[in-house]
Formats: sequence, C-alpha cells, structure tokens
Amino acid sequence: MATSYLPLLVLLIVATGFGGIALGLPMLLGPSRANKQKLEPYESGIIPFADARRRFPVKYYLVAMLFILFDIEVIFLYPWAAVMRQLRDNYSMLFAIVPVGFFLLILILGLIYEWRKGALDWE
Amino acid sequence: MSANLNVSVILPELILVGFAMLVMILDMVGTDERPTGRTLLPWLALVGVAVAGLVCIQQYSQPAASFQGGAVSDHFALGLRLIILVATGLGILLSASYIPRINKQVGEYYALLLLCAAGMTMMGAATDLMVVFVALEILSLALYILCGLNRESPRSSEASMKYFLLGAFSSAFFVYGAALIYGAAGSTQYDEIAKALAGGNSNLALLYPGIALLLVGFGFKVSLVPFHMWTPDVYQGAPTPVTAFMSVGTKAAAFAAFIRVLVIALPAQQPSWGWALAIMAILTMTLGNLAALRQSSLKRMLAYSSIAHAGYVLVGIVAGTSEGADAALFYLFTYAFMNIGAFAVVIMLEKANEGDALQNRAAGIGQRWPWLALAMAIFMFSLSGVPPLAGFFGKLFVFKAAVDGGWAWLAVIGMLNSAIGAYYYLRVTVSMYFEKPGAETLSQRSTWSALSIGLAVAAIFTVLIGILPGMWTALFTGGLTGLGG
Repeated sequence: MATSYLPLLVLLIVATGFGGIALGLPMLLGPSRANKQKLEPYESGIIPFADARRRFPVKYYLVAMLFILFDIEVIFLYPWAAVMRQLRDNYSMLFAIVPVGFFLLILILGLIYEWRKGALDWE
Repeated sequence: MSANLNVSVILPELILVGFAMLVMILDMVGTDERPTGRTLLPWLALVGVAVAGLVCIQQYSQPAASFQGGAVSDHFALGLRLIILVATGLGILLSASYIPRINKQVGEYYALLLLCAAGMTMMGAATDLMVVFVALEILSLALYILCGLNRESPRSSEASMKYFLLGAFSSAFFVYGAALIYGAAGSTQYDEIAKALAGGNSNLALLYPGIALLLVGFGFKVSLVPFHMWTPDVYQGAPTPVTAFMSVGTKAAAFAAFIRVLVIALPAQQPSWGWALAIMAILTMTLGNLAALRQSSLKRMLAYSSIAHAGYVLVGIVAGTSEGADAALFYLFTYAFMNIGAFAVVIMLEKANEGDALQNRAAGIGQRWPWLALAMAIFMFSLSGVPPLAGFFGKLFVFKAAVDGGWAWLAVIGMLNSAIGAYYYLRVTVSMYFEKPGAETLSQRSTWSALSIGLAVAAIFTVLIGILPGMWTALFTGGLTGLGG
C-alpha cells in the first residue's frame, strides 16, 4: 500500500525542489541593486492610488452568498443525472425522479422567497 | 443490514419541515406594506406542531428502526419529541405578540423555529453519530439566527455572535470525538460501536479521547460547568421567547442524544465516563446555584438556574441505567412547563423593547395582579422542587435513579443543592407577595391573549403533573431500546 504513494512523494520533492531552486539561485547568484521604481508593487503597471483594504458595499456579500447556495445545489444534480441514465425500469425511474422533484421544488420555493423578500434588488 | 427506508420513523420531523415551508409560503403572500395573512403565521406553525404531536402519539404503539440503523422511533425518541413539541408550542404562544415588535420578518421566525424543532426531535431519534451531528447542526444554525433576531439590540447581536462562535467550536469538538470513536470501533452506528467495543480489542488510545471530546461537545450544548460560560450572556441577550424555547429545547435534545450515545453505544465504559459526569454534575449544580443567588436580572437568574438544572439531569445519567435515562427525560418534560412558564412571566414584566426584567420588577405584583403572581409562584416552587408540583417528581426520579445505581452520595449533593436553589426561587416569591410595589414595578402589564394562554397552559400542567405523576411517567418508561425496538 505504501508503495502506491511513492509517485506522490516524488512529485512533492520535485515540485518543492523546483520552486526552491528557481527562487533560491537568483537570490544567491544574481546582483541585487534596488531602487525606487523596482520596489513598487507593479514595476511596469498602473501606479497604485489607494489601499486595497477598503470598505465595499455589503450587497456583494448577499449576492455571493445566494450564488454559492444555488451553485452548490446544482452540483447535487450532476451525480444524480449520471446515475439516472443507468436506471431502466419505470419503477426505479419514478423512485429517482420523485425525490429530486421534491428537492427542486424546495429549491424553487427558496428562489421565489428571496425574490419576494427583495434579496435580488440591487438598489 | 438491508436497505431500510422506513420513512414513517422520521414522519414527525418531515411534518415539521413541511409546515416550515408552508409558513414561508404564507409569508410570501403578503408584502411588508400589505402583510396579508401574516397574523395567521403563529397559528399555522401551531397546527404543524399539533399534527406532529398527534403522529407521535399514534406511533407509540409501533416502535421502528430505519435508515440502515441511523434512526429509531422507540419510546425514548417519542418521549423527547413530545418534550420538544411542548416547548415549541409554548414558544410559539409566547412569541405571537412579542416577535412582531422586534422584527418584521415574522415568517422567517416561525419557519426557523419549526426547522429548529425538527433538528431537536431528530437528536433523540438518531442512532448514528453522523445523524446526531446533522441534527445538531440543523438545530444550532437555526438557533444562531433566532438569538440575533432583534437586530436593533446590541445585546441580541452579541448573544448571536457568542453562541455562534462557541457553538461552532463545540460542534468541532463533537465531530472530532466522533471521528476518534469511529477510529476505535470502526463504525459510527451505536449498536455496531457497542459490539466492537465489547470485543475488547479496540484501540483505547483512540476511544477515551474520543469519549472525552464527545463530553465536551455535548457539555457545551447543555451548558455543563466548565463549558457554561456562554449561557448567561446568550440567554439574557436573545429575545425572551427564544430564550424560553432554547433553554428547554436545546437542553432536552442534546441530553437525549447524549444519553443514547452513553447508554447504547458506550455502556462498557461507564466506570470511566460515570466519574467524569459525576464531577461535572457536582460542579454544574453548585456553580449554577451559587451564581444564580447573586443575579439582579430575572433572565440571568433563570439562565444560571438552567445551568443548575442541567446538573440535576446529569445526576440521573451518571449510573448509565435505562431507568436513569427515563428519569432524565421525565425531568426535562417537567422542566419544559415550569421553565417556559417562568420566562412567560418575565415577558409579562418586561417593558417594551427592553428585552429583560430586573428582579425588583416583580416586587408587589401579588396585590396588583394576583393571577400572574400565583402562576409565577407555582413555577418558582416547582423549579425549587417543592411537592406536590411537577419539579418535585422530576427531581425525585432523577435522584432515585442515582441512588439505585449506587451513587447515593451524588444524590445527596443534589438535594443539598436544591436547598440552595430554593433560596433564590423563593426570594422572588417573597418579594411578589410581601414587598410593596416599588418604583420599578410596572403600573401596566402587557395583556396579550396568546401569551396568557401559554402561561396558563404551563401553570396548569405544572400542577397537573405534580398531582398525577403516574399518568405522565408512563410516557417515559422503558423508552430506550436497541434497534428493532
């Protein structure tokens, strides 16, 4: 069992080794002459004009939350759809469709609820 | 084990969840400007509780197991469901006029209350650590929101935040414990755990830390000392009907799951967890009672008293007998009426938008509102364990179970603690009847019909259980069974 993890260990060593060498060698061998331009966050980009840590509307939070909720709920349907194709007789088809229909019903109910409650209004 | 999907085992939970959806649908019909039908919401929720209760009573004749041994509906589970449904029903009556004052989203409140109740009843039915965890999360997530319902009050937000952080932390303890027990026993299902541990070749280095972590997780939920720190703050900050509901519901649900784990899955380890529980019981009773002596706020006093009561319940469990399990459940049944009743009186004494009442608020109400004072006196006497009220028989059976299990000295400590407790319960009663109404005493109290009904029901049952205990103990005897009941 332990041997089956050997490639993983090799990969781990190669990956950390490569990263370490790529960062370490220039630090050791390369010349280091810093000046003002070189120390800016984006040496050849837009000049930063404000702190990145600032306040932004809490509305994004609500939308992101709702997005994640419905996104995750759709993920539940993928394995169901994959298994669904293997069912042949009507009885097991019914047994598979009814609970998922119920699940979707609850999901749609949630969508209507957030709509009615104004969670989707931006202003 | 064959695939077994007997849905009737969790039918009461399904009914509660279904009614939660119906409440949300009814809530959607109206808008905030034209709240059509929103006054019906509490009654719809109450119908849901009643239907679930009827199904429970009907199920008493046919215990069953289902979901690959993940859930049972034996008498223990049904007894817990009755307790939770009583707490939910009374909680709804207490909320009917209170909640619209503090939050416009009334539909959300009742939906969350019903979902929370479904999680709580599931705790008693679960016979698998993972099912317990899911049930625990269902009830906790709903409660975190309910505690913070009063968004204008910083105290309410603080309560919600504190309960959320500590609750999430304790859930993590619980899962870690469950994982370690799974490592030791190779299963999360109670019967399988007991079978594996009886073999005697399990890894004890995994098992004992696992049990200890489970104790921590449950200890947080039922607020045992030293895991009780959150209780007074959360109970005081949360809206009073929510406090009433959670003080009984969470405690009953977590204790039920706790008892089932200990008695069904870990009976062989009783000599070790018995001592841990005994020490925690002593600490919990003593610290709860001593701290309650010094509170000026009624809600904080009741919060510390609820800590002490968790200690009394624990005394019944220490011996690990099925008799003790029945006694603990009966105790929680009596506690549901008397504690929610006491909180109902607190609501009556609150000023609008204050969320709390000081003890001197009760001074002199004996002359002003004799019926209210009588009800409060009943609850206070019952909480202190004076016969012939419900609380006395609750304590009697719990202590008797401890004595029968060979823990007589623990029962003695419990009785001494009841004597300490009597002091602060009776102080309220004395100030109601023998003090003059002070400046703090209200000249007017709220006269809400639903609240009065809830108060009356709680008072009547507190007396009724005390007078005819035999009628009710039948519901809570011989409850705990293995699978297939």
